[in-house]
Amino acid sequence: MTRPPRGGGPGRLLLHAVAYAVVVFLLLPTILVAPMSVSPEKYLQFPPAGFSLRWYAAYFADREWIEATLFSAQAGLIAAVGATVVGTMAALALVRGRVRGRMVVELLVVGPVVVPHIALAVAMFLVFEQLRLTGTLLGFAMAHIVLALPFAIFTVLAALYRFDADLEMAALSCGAGRLRTFWHVTLPMILPGVASAGLFAFIISFDEAVVSFFISDLDRKTLPRKMFEDIDFDVSPVLAAVATMLSLLTIAVLVLGHFFRQMADRRAAPVAEAGGR
Amino acid sequence: MSPGRRPAAFFLGGRHLSEAASLVLLAPFLILLAIVFLLPLGTLIHESLLVPQPTLANYERVFVEPVYLRVMGRTARVAFYVTLVTLLLGYPLAWVMARSSGLRLGLLAAAVLLPLWTSVLVRTYAWMVLLQRNGLVNEWLQALGIVDAPVKLLYTEGAVVLAMSHVLLPFMVLPVYSALKGIPEDYPRAALMLGASPWSAFREVVWPLSLPGVASGSLMVFLLSLGFFVTPALIGGPQQMMIATLVSQQVRELLNWPFAGALVGVLLAFVLALTLAFNRFIRIERFVGTR
Repeated sequence: MTRPPRGGGPGRLLLHAVAYAVVVFLLLPTILVAPMSVSPEKYLQFPPAGFSLRWYAAYFADREWIEATLFSAQAGLIAAVGATVVGTMAALALVRGRVRGRMVVELLVVGPVVVPHIALAVAMFLVFEQLRLTGTLLGFAMAHIVLALPFAIFTVLAALYRFDADLEMAALSCGAGRLRTFWHVTLPMILPGVASAGLFAFIISFDEAVVSFFISDLDRKTLPRKMFEDIDFDVSPVLAAVATMLSLLTIAVLVLGHFFRQMADRRAAPVAEAGGR
Repeated sequence: MSPGRRPAAFFLGGRHLSEAASLVLLAPFLILLAIVFLLPLGTLIHESLLVPQPTLANYERVFVEPVYLRVMGRTARVAFYVTLVTLLLGYPLAWVMARSSGLRLGLLAAAVLLPLWTSVLVRTYAWMVLLQRNGLVNEWLQALGIVDAPVKLLYTEGAVVLAMSHVLLPFMVLPVYSALKGIPEDYPRAALMLGASPWSAFREVVWPLSLPGVASGSLMVFLLSLGFFVTPALIGGPQQMMIATLVSQQVRELLNWPFAGALVGVLLAFVLALTLAFNRFIRIERFVGTR
C-alpha cells in the first residue's frame, strides 16, 4: 500500500515500537505458561527441563478436576442456550417492538456488566442460600445466563441492525404471520449472530470465577472455583496444564466466532449493496 | 450504515410489534433479571439498612473507621492507576490498529481479543508464576543486573496494578480503536500540510476526536477495577486489600451481612452514578468483535 509521505518519521517508529511492545505484554504471560506446563519438574520453570505430559495426565486422573470440568461444561451449555434464547427475544423486542420504559430496560441490559461481580456474587450467595440454590446446576445456570445476557443481547442487536428489515416486510405483506416470518426469514439471516451469542455466553459461563466462587458448595463446584482454590493453595504445575488447555479452548472459540462473523458479513453483503453503504 | 435509513427501515412505519408482543418477548429477560439480579441486590441492601432495625450505622462505619477508609482510598487509587496505565499502553496500540488493515489488523485484533476472552484466572495465574520470588521476572531483573537478589514482587500494590492493567487492557483498546478508526486519515494529514507539527496535529485534531473512545474505555476500566476481585485477591497481600476482598472477608469469614451490604451499597452507588452519567459511552458490542 502506498501512502503519501508524511511527517513524524521517528514519532511513527516510536509509536509502532510501543504498540508492538504492548502486544507482547498482552500475549506473553499466557504464552509462557504453555511451555512450563510440559516440564517434568515439580516446580514451574522456564525454559522447561524436558518434555512431559505428566501434569496433563495428573489432571485427567484427578476426579475432582474432571468433575469440576464436567459441571462447568453442563452449566456453560445451559447458560449458552438460555442466554441465546432469552437474549434473542429481548433483542427483537428492543429493535422491532414498542417498549414502555425503554430507558429502564436498557439500564437492566447493561446492569450485569457494570455492577461489579463481587456485589452480584455475595448478593446471589445470600439469596441462593435461602432458596437452596447454592451448588445446584439450576443456580449456576441462572446466574451465568444473567451474566452472559448483556453480551448475547448486544451481539444479536448488532446482527438485527445489519439485516434488512424490508425482507421481513416482504414476508409480512405476502401474508406470513409474525412467527413464520421470524422462523423463515429473520432467524436464518441473523443465525450467525445468534450462534456467536451462544458461543460467547458459553465461554463467559465456563470462565466465570467470582459468582461461582460464592455459590459453589463443597462437592458441586465449577472449574474456575476449583482453580481458585488450588491457586490460593500452591502454584502447582497441574494448574499450568489446565491454564494451557483453557487458553486453547479460548482460541478455538474465537476462531469459531470469527467464522460466524464472516458468515454474517456474507449474509449482510446484498443489503450493503442495495442500501448503497 | 447510513444513519438516515435505520428508523424508517427498522421501525417499520406502523408495522412494528405491538406493546403486548414486545412485553411477551421481554418477559423471560425481565423475570430472570428480577430473580437473579434485582432481588439479590435488593435483599443485600435491605440487610444493610433495615436489619435488625432501620439504621445507617453500617454505612457510617464504612466512612468513619480508618481501616475501611483506607481500603476505599486504596481501591479508588488502584482503579485510577489501572485506568491511567491501560490508557497509556492502549492508546498507541489502538492507533496502530486503526491505521492497519488486512492481515496486520487481523493479527493485532487477535492479540487484543484473545486475552479479553481468556479466563481472568488463567491470566492472573500467569502473573503469579512470572512474579514469584524465583519467577521469570526476577530472573530477568537479575540477569540484566538491575537487582542483585530476588525482590518481592508478588503481594505488592505495583503487582496488583500491573496484573489488573494486563487483564483490563482490551477494555481500553477496543473503544479507543473504534473512535480512532472513525477519524478520516485526511484530517491529521490536512493539519500536517498546513504546517502543524506531528505532535500538534495529534493534540489539536486526533486527540479531541478520539475523546469519546477514551471516555468509554476509561469508564469501563475504572468501573471494572473498582469491583475487581480475582486479581487483587490472589496477587495482592493483606496489605493491599481492596473493597471486593473486604466484602468477601465480611461474608465468608465474619458472616457480617449488614456491613457487607453497606460496602456493596457504597460500591453500587458509585457505579450507578457513573453509569447514569455516562450511559451513552457503554457500548458492549465492541467487546464481542472489532467493528
